[in-house]
Amino acid sequence: MPTAPMLIQAESVSREYRLGETVIRAVDAVSLRIEQGEFLALLGSSGSGKSTLLSMMAGLDRPTSGAIRVRERNLAELEADELARYRRETVGMVFQSFNLLPRMTLEENVELPLRLAEVDRSDRQSRVGEALERVGLAARRQHRPSELSGGEQQRGALARALVNRPAILFADEPTGNLDSANGEQILLLLKEIQDSLGMTIIMVTHERPLAERFANRIALLSDGRLVSDGAQR
Amino acid sequence: MRTRDLSELAVRNLREAVLRNSLTTLGVAVGVASLVAMLSLGVGLQTLASQRLTRSGLFDAVFVTSQRNFRGPRQPPPPDSAAKRESRALDDDARQQLSKLSNVTEVYPQIRFVTDVRYAGKSESTSVLGLPDSSRSSGAFEGMTGKYFSSPTAEEAILQIEFAKLLADQPSSLVGKDLTLRYAERAALSKDADDEALLDSMMGSGKPGGISIVPREKTLRIVGITESDPSAGIGGFGGARVYLPLKTAEQLHVAQPDDVQAFLSGNPAKPSYMAMTVRVRSPKDVPQVEATIKQLGFATFSLLDATKSLRVVFTVFDLFLGLFGSLALTVASLGIINTLVMAILERRREIGILKALGATDRDVRSLFFAEAGAMGLFGGIFGVALGWLIGSALTWGTTIYLHRQNLPGVKISYVPWWLALSAIGFAIIVSLIAGLYPASRAARLNPVEALRYE
Ligand SMILES: Nc1ncnc2c1ncn2[C@@H]1O[C@H](COP(=O)(O)OP(=O)(O)OP(=O)(O)O)[C@@H](O)[C@H]1O
Ligand SMILES: [Mg+2]
Repeated sequence: MPTAPMLIQAESVSREYRLGETVIRAVDAVSLRIEQGEFLALLGSSGSGKSTLLSMMAGLDRPTSGAIRVRERNLAELEADELARYRRETVGMVFQSFNLLPRMTLEENVELPLRLAEVDRSDRQSRVGEALERVGLAARRQHRPSELSGGEQQRGALARALVNRPAILFADEPTGNLDSANGEQILLLLKEIQDSLGMTIIMVTHERPLAERFANRIALLSDGRLVSDGAQR
Repeated sequence: MRTRDLSELAVRNLREAVLRNSLTTLGVAVGVASLVAMLSLGVGLQTLASQRLTRSGLFDAVFVTSQRNFRGPRQPPPPDSAAKRESRALDDDARQQLSKLSNVTEVYPQIRFVTDVRYAGKSESTSVLGLPDSSRSSGAFEGMTGKYFSSPTAEEAILQIEFAKLLADQPSSLVGKDLTLRYAERAALSKDADDEALLDSMMGSGKPGGISIVPREKTLRIVGITESDPSAGIGGFGGARVYLPLKTAEQLHVAQPDDVQAFLSGNPAKPSYMAMTVRVRSPKDVPQVEATIKQLGFATFSLLDATKSLRVVFTVFDLFLGLFGSLALTVASLGIINTLVMAILERRREIGILKALGATDRDVRSLFFAEAGAMGLFGGIFGVALGWLIGSALTWGTTIYLHRQNLPGVKISYVPWWLALSAIGFAIIVSLIAGLYPASRAARLNPVEALRYE
């Protein structure tokens, strides 16, 4: 994909954790360029630094050194409020544990990013409906997360991630808590979203077969270092 | 986040942990209630005391005497410095002048004389006092047998019960009966030959434009028997046993002790009074009015010092009540802090999710802050209601007790609107301060760590 514009540019990004005397390099000088519309899978063994790298690119964490440029803005240099705004407007996130708020109904969960982004009330209902429609949960609006299956919860979380129409979707092991059928359904949804909305997707996963089937590109991390990075098909 | 969304989320969060949050809110309510109950008791007792004192006429009155008088009734000797000023007669001109002073509501002379009272063949010598119409509301006639004077000029009398006992074995049987006063009238010297002859016989020689003193009789209907001594407040210094409406008493033109003096000094044309009572708008106006009257050349006397020390007592009283109430509220605010800090531990994950979805530190802080404020608001409202109930129960209990003692009930607890509003405001402010620490701790939470937390 030589002509697509550059969206995320990680330059020698490191993240260290200090535990007393010892320093743990969770992410060690990783450089990565991600173009708009890509579906990138981050693979690696447990503790290799996948979640840490994803968190930094999603604006939840800051690198100890290096720069992460998204549309020419260096996340490492943003103020806390600007970073929150980046998460609100540019980024959608799904997690391994679905992270729906248990005390809210599905539609209230999906409405939450709209509240935070101060979207007008008149627009909210239609956007919530649209997002739930996309993940096939329009009939379950009034249900609480505890009344939904794991797969449904993850689809609800996906609707919540999409409702603000973000440019980038970050997913940290979205299929980790699901059986293979439900996992495949989620990945089909992701693929469909990538194709229809032109969204950039960065997904952490353990499952190489799934990554090979759905992602355009696979990056492999080991001990915090990027050991291979290659396009699929 | 917009305020409306913020408050919706806050209320929703409060609703979801109903038990814990309502216990915390109840804690605030109990704190506010004890504060309100104590202050309402303070306010109520103070209102009661000052009402009684004001109505008694002792503390909003300045007693005025002429420096020329031989002696006032138990009047303190005028200070030396005042004696140097020109002294004035306490006549009708003076009365006009005094009633025109600012903050003065009423000026009336003290009409008091000793005379013979006849009833059913008995004759008793006693002290008679004219009562201004304002004494009707002084509280002195509460629980009186019979009625107050039907009009300010009625030819009626109220008897003090000790005196009534001298006239009849059953004092209450006197109500509706007539009694007769025998008194000496001071009259401008008339052409009536009989009077002139009388005066000549009494005083030696009559001068033109002088006065005469004539014995008279007046029949009055007894309308009431009172157990208290209303003259203690209204007339100033107590001791009268028969009371008439002031205007009726004035029209009798009873010779006053200083008429004799006036007669002797050769300036008898203007009648003057022994003393006058000047009522002012409120006790705090007393010093200024008293000073003005002194400037005019009269001797004055007031009981203001007594109200001052009373106010000191009540201020200290209020302070202590407020202190105990605040202590209760402090305990309540510790409850809020505890609830919110626990909520942070419990809601770490939720905070992490909110932040991942793009909530700013400020959003999170405001959310916790709003929850604390809402607990303060509800606790405050509930607490004021509870405090009012406690106060009402105290009033109710006291009234029952007083009725058993055959006394009229009183309102000892009083929640004025400013107390209610400031108690609610206080509860909100205390809750917000209590929420300050938990809210900023929640806002500082690292989202990555918060999300990892199970
Ligand atoms: N807060 C922290 N303090 C100290 N060390 C940490 C912290 N967070 C992560 N680490 C360490 O950083 C390394 C990378 O962690 P990370 O969560 O990114 O791994 P991962 O690739 O996502 O693993 P998994 O597949 O198990 O989720 C690990 O060795 C981990 O122990
Ligand atoms: Mg991980």
